[in-house]
Amino acid sequence: MALYLPILRRKIGYLAMMNSTLSNFKTSFLSDKNSITTPDFCNSFSRRFHSSKADNLFDFMHNGGDSKELNFPGGIVKFTSQLKFLADVPEERVHCYRVLDDSGQLISNDFVQVNKETAVKMYKDMVMLQTMDTIFYEAQRQGRISFYLTANGEEAINIASAAALSMDDLVFPQYREAGVLLWRGFTLQEFANQCFGNKEDNGKGRQMPIHYGSNKHNYFTVASTVATQISHAVGAAYSLKMEGRDACTITYFGDGGTSTGDFHAALNFAAVMEVPVIFFCRNNGWAISTPVSDQFRSDGIVVRGKAYGIPSIRVDGNDALAVFSAVCMARTMAIREGKPVLIEALAYRAGHHSTSDDSSKYRPIEEIEWWKEAQNPVTRFREWLQGEGLWTTQAETELRDSARKEVLHAIQVAEKAEKPTVKEIFTDVYDVLPSNLRDQEKSLRETIERHSQDYPIDVPL
Amino acid sequence: MLIKILTRLVGGGGGGVAAAPRSVSFLNKTFRNYSSSSSSSSSNSSSVKKMTVRDALNSALDEEMCADRRVLLMGEEVGEYQGAYKVSKGLLQKHGPERVIDTPITEAGFTGIGVGAAYYGLRPVVEYMTFNFAMQAIDHIINSAAKTNYMSAGNINVPIVFRGPNGAAAGVGAQHSQCYSAWYGSVPGLKVLAPYSSEDARGLLKAAIRDPDPVVFLENELLYGEAFPVSDEVVDSSFCIPIGKAKIEKQGKHVTITSFSKMVGFSLKAAEILAEDGIDAEVINLRSIRPLDRSTINGSVRKTNRLVTVEEGYPQHGVGAEICASIVEDSFDYLDAPVERIGGADVPMPYAANLERMALPQVDDIVRAAKRLI
Repeated sequence: MALYLPILRRKIGYLAMMNSTLSNFKTSFLSDKNSITTPDFCNSFSRRFHSSKADNLFDFMHNGGDSKELNFPGGIVKFTSQLKFLADVPEERVHCYRVLDDSGQLISNDFVQVNKETAVKMYKDMVMLQTMDTIFYEAQRQGRISFYLTANGEEAINIASAAALSMDDLVFPQYREAGVLLWRGFTLQEFANQCFGNKEDNGKGRQMPIHYGSNKHNYFTVASTVATQISHAVGAAYSLKMEGRDACTITYFGDGGTSTGDFHAALNFAAVMEVPVIFFCRNNGWAISTPVSDQFRSDGIVVRGKAYGIPSIRVDGNDALAVFSAVCMARTMAIREGKPVLIEALAYRAGHHSTSDDSSKYRPIEEIEWWKEAQNPVTRFREWLQGEGLWTTQAETELRDSARKEVLHAIQVAEKAEKPTVKEIFTDVYDVLPSNLRDQEKSLRETIERHSQDYPIDVPL
Repeated sequence: MLIKILTRLVGGGGGGVAAAPRSVSFLNKTFRNYSSSSSSSSSNSSSVKKMTVRDALNSALDEEMCADRRVLLMGEEVGEYQGAYKVSKGLLQKHGPERVIDTPITEAGFTGIGVGAAYYGLRPVVEYMTFNFAMQAIDHIINSAAKTNYMSAGNINVPIVFRGPNGAAAGVGAQHSQCYSAWYGSVPGLKVLAPYSSEDARGLLKAAIRDPDPVVFLENELLYGEAFPVSDEVVDSSFCIPIGKAKIEKQGKHVTITSFSKMVGFSLKAAEILAEDGIDAEVINLRSIRPLDRSTINGSVRKTNRLVTVEEGYPQHGVGAEICASIVEDSFDYLDAPVERIGGADVPMPYAANLERMALPQVDDIVRAAKRLI
């Protein structure tokens, strides 16, 4: 308890000071009652700083007569006599960290080495993610599932960031990070079960497709609310900090999500509370149909980190090695120093926002095609892998083939499986089933019995 | 045995137990002392402890934080300032800044963070300066907290408490006076509590903190300073009141009056006045808005055959409307008169003291409503 008293005393002292200074301000302002014109606010203010009383109160923080700087609340600032504003647009945008060039050649020696097994697994998972996305998207188009969202163009972001983390790190996703869950071991069957909302779904058919969640994999269930996961990640990071665990939280969000109040509060708080969280922004240029030029006027998201006092980096989201290195470093920083880190990965949303969207309506098809071909993260990583002698064309064919078969099989099995039972309408609202829901279930079952011929056959009892 | 009845009468706040005939005058005397808002101790028993609602909440928070390291308090002014209404007095000094967190001004922000902490291991108590400000955070309260256990199919439970003053205070205007009991009471996944006395405050807050589900805890600013007698049982640190059970503050047989929070006090006063005219009202303190104790309410109406619901909040879609529906569904044949609903005026709360008084239910309104039924 004694440890906290000194802090309190300093703060109370400051508060008392502010109160006296304010009353000084009031008297100097009111003393002008005789003048005809109302005192200009700026003039009154400068009058206050000239008053000797105000100076005395700040004395203990004052630099003994040195007027080049002042210890304002928040720290020492140097003065300038130049009337100059910080530019709204920088001369040069923040540079983007890259390890591989467009054709998969190494152009940096400042990166974190990936061991062979990890590199190959990364590639395999990127291909699996692509395959899964393609086939599930088709399944939606065929009417077999109600909705789907792809990670086209963001395979490196998904897999490489996941590869740089440990299983103990908590993931708070938005919705375009199924690859992170895939890396951690969520099976294709589990993905399919959730999309079909069947009995095997560990989400018990409660949510629409792509709202995956798994305690086992430390992947918090996807929610439809935008950017709420950012502040959740900060809270959970606080909990980790109190626990003293060798782990951090990571939260993903898009360029659009950074416009929310949650983004602001979360980054601000994380910096103040000093918690181990990685803020990973997938700046893919689009928030459904809103381009980034309509979303913000800042130099992307990376500069905002500085505004909150958070170390930040901009990386090439299509470069798996760059993403891997950045996340590795960020994780070390977050855990060792117990502080937040911001990563902005620049990429392009090569697919539509979701199956409810047709992006050709608001952007040229040529643009989409160019990004898909010229900047494909999977292709680029493969080229590097092949250059390292870790991958062959034959391996490619085999992988694509088996991935496709696996996904199709998972879908077939999931489609045939039974749906969750009627009981699951009522469970999990609370920890324990309350009496009103017990009564409702009882009444429902009685109705089912009375009208059993009308009861749908695909809802097991 | 008599001593036990006496302590229970005084400790239970005005006699929930029917007293033997020779204790009637004693009961009336205790009643008057209990109903008055002065904090002077009862003249009947100098050994009876009195505790303000503020102290009740403070002690409950302190004890739960001592008992479980995962419990923490966060909100604006809860630490250094000792709480906007001094409810968290002394807690920062005792438990440290890790567990009593002064947050920046963003209800949406710190509620999201609190919910995130609850997702992973901690048991936060999030304080709002008033529930009016919690409207900024309502997305997190409902979408991130209330629905999550269900949406995650039991993978993520959220043991969080959202607490703060609710409803009208005195002369604080429209944006500081709304009652949110009906709003939160309609959401599955939340538990919603509304304490009245110090016993309620202590027992329900402890129950809320220990509960694995999200709980909205609606206090009342004007009740903070009010002192209530408390028994030794209430003062004990293991004391807890079950969530979902209403309390019959006063037994009666002619009309049932349901109320919660500050209106319980008004209803008890109204019952006193009605008693002078030979009307024996039964006053129910709901304590729990969700789950609503329908069986106690219905049981009471089946006995008295008449119902007056009292609340501060707006009448449309209010708590009284729900209670009326419950009675009509389950005890229609027992009603001898239509249900009377008393609520606040259907206007944003005016500031002027005379207008504010007219916009809120007063004791006379309750008396008149009850008499209309007889």
